[in-house]
Amino acid sequence: MRTKTIVIGAGHAGLAMSRCLTERSVEHVVLERGEVANSWKTERWDSLRLLTPNWQSRLPGYGYEGDDPDGYRTMPETIGFIERYAEVISAPVQTHTKVSSVRLHGDGYEVVTNRGDWQSPAVVLATGACNVARVPAVARALARSISSLTAMEYRSPDQLEKRGVLVVGASATGTQIADEIHRSGRPVTIAVGEHVRAPRVYRGRDIEWWMDAAGVLDDRYDEVDDIVRARNVPSLQLAGSPERREVDLNALTRIGVKLIGRLAAIHDGKAQFSGSLRNNCALADLKMNRLLERIDEWATENGLDDKVDPPHRFEPTEVEPSPPLGLDLARGEIRTVVWATGFRPDYSWLDVPVLDRKGRIRHDGGVVESPGQGIYLMGIPFLRRRKSSLIDGAGDDARDLSAHLASYLNGAISARR
Amino acid sequence: MATTKSPVDNGVNVQALLGARAALTEAPEGAKFQWRATCKWVYGTHSRSSIQQYFGLGQEQKHKTEFTFDADHPEVFASEDKGAAPVELVLAGLASCLTAGVAAVAQHREIQLHAVSATVEAGMDIQGILGIDSEVRNGFDGIKVTYKIDADATPEEIKAVVAQSQKRSAVYDIVTNPTNVTVEVS
Repeated sequence: MRTKTIVIGAGHAGLAMSRCLTERSVEHVVLERGEVANSWKTERWDSLRLLTPNWQSRLPGYGYEGDDPDGYRTMPETIGFIERYAEVISAPVQTHTKVSSVRLHGDGYEVVTNRGDWQSPAVVLATGACNVARVPAVARALARSISSLTAMEYRSPDQLEKRGVLVVGASATGTQIADEIHRSGRPVTIAVGEHVRAPRVYRGRDIEWWMDAAGVLDDRYDEVDDIVRARNVPSLQLAGSPERREVDLNALTRIGVKLIGRLAAIHDGKAQFSGSLRNNCALADLKMNRLLERIDEWATENGLDDKVDPPHRFEPTEVEPSPPLGLDLARGEIRTVVWATGFRPDYSWLDVPVLDRKGRIRHDGGVVESPGQGIYLMGIPFLRRRKSSLIDGAGDDARDLSAHLASYLNGAISARR
Repeated sequence: MATTKSPVDNGVNVQALLGARAALTEAPEGAKFQWRATCKWVYGTHSRSSIQQYFGLGQEQKHKTEFTFDADHPEVFASEDKGAAPVELVLAGLASCLTAGVAAVAQHREIQLHAVSATVEAGMDIQGILGIDSEVRNGFDGIKVTYKIDADATPEEIKAVVAQSQKRSAVYDIVTNPTNVTVEVS
């Protein structure tokens, strides 16, 4: 089968690209291993809500239509939203079509699937940034007597023995899971490395509203200081709860969660934690204050100071004077370890030499640096903008990259030598 | 090379460091270093360490001169006090590493430093090393570093420089995280 462009993945990013390609009359197909919004259906915990408010999921030709613009979608609502988007834009999605290989083929690519092979001059990789849970090597030293699961396998506290839990990782996933598990009556200790603190609400408005309005989310990949670092920044410590609950470390400490340093090693059944907790918290506080300063400056410049609450700063993260450096896991207080240590994409099916030595795709703002041309990437952190990993970021990226792709197909951008 | 002249001068060649970073990103094998010290017993608890050679950038390297460090214990330990105690050398290593980082980060952020001083304090219950109480560890029960910094920057910016210096410091990492240590007799 032949077409002009093959989009792999029918999540919000692949669908946004599909819509933009349709607008440019580029014939294409969207291949989906499962169903539309597959990862949202199968790889998220039960209580998760989007971290961005409803109004902020603006996709090309679609947006929020309900009466709760400031609320946060549950997973069923998110799935429904993306499914409706696929219908509204009449995306040419082929579901249950699992790609097993993408390889060079003549002047273009061949995409091998369980439902036949496709050829096209252009391919869009929209399979997401979070296909596989990252688990640090130290996990291998964990005794078998302690249950261990990744954030991808976690669904609800009911899965866990009703005893102590060590949550490793304190970004959006780790802090939300720690909050929920601790509230379920299982005492949580959370191991905290480098993290990004942000308040849910600042000066009466959602932090996402501020970052959107002040242009923080529009910061471009080719204008930030260090894009490699920017692409590796952990997710904000936020939750999307109806009561707009904070899940920063102070909020967790207040409900009784114990903070501990980054998990450094497990040796003879004893977990060892880094003594860097204080500095990691200081870095996060300083970074948050820089964000709030930028917001305050923007508010003043744009005459908002009379319309919103006055500027203020949050209490510094409280760390006990001497946080424990070790935990004897054999003592039985901790019965479960949850690895909330991040995710990575899976490119095992990508048989085009485009990966760097760390297994990341080499690309310039989503234009993949490949032996050929015509491969595009969507939906990874800071692809083209700070908002690239958000549903709301897919639109601008898809508009830019579909324009590049269409020029390439028209021969305006020279084909490979 | 920098095309615009920066008036800030802390004496750190940031351009060279950034160049090395870019070069080693392309050739990561060159980033594998090995640091070495040799130590000779003198008499009593007095010893002398020498440092000159190391390996890095794919080959053997050498300091311009050999550096030596005498270590001993103070008289309250019934020693002759011919040098700083080894634990004090660890504190010096930590403070020097963090201070080098402060200078480099400040240079990179174009912050002019005028004076930087660090005071390092580390508590220790010597019941550990004397074997009085096995529940007391041999090492420090905590380390506190206090910086006094005079620079052309706001207090927040100075705090951020100090925090970043910790994030990038080798000795800070060595003292805050466990390291496998193998001691053999040949």
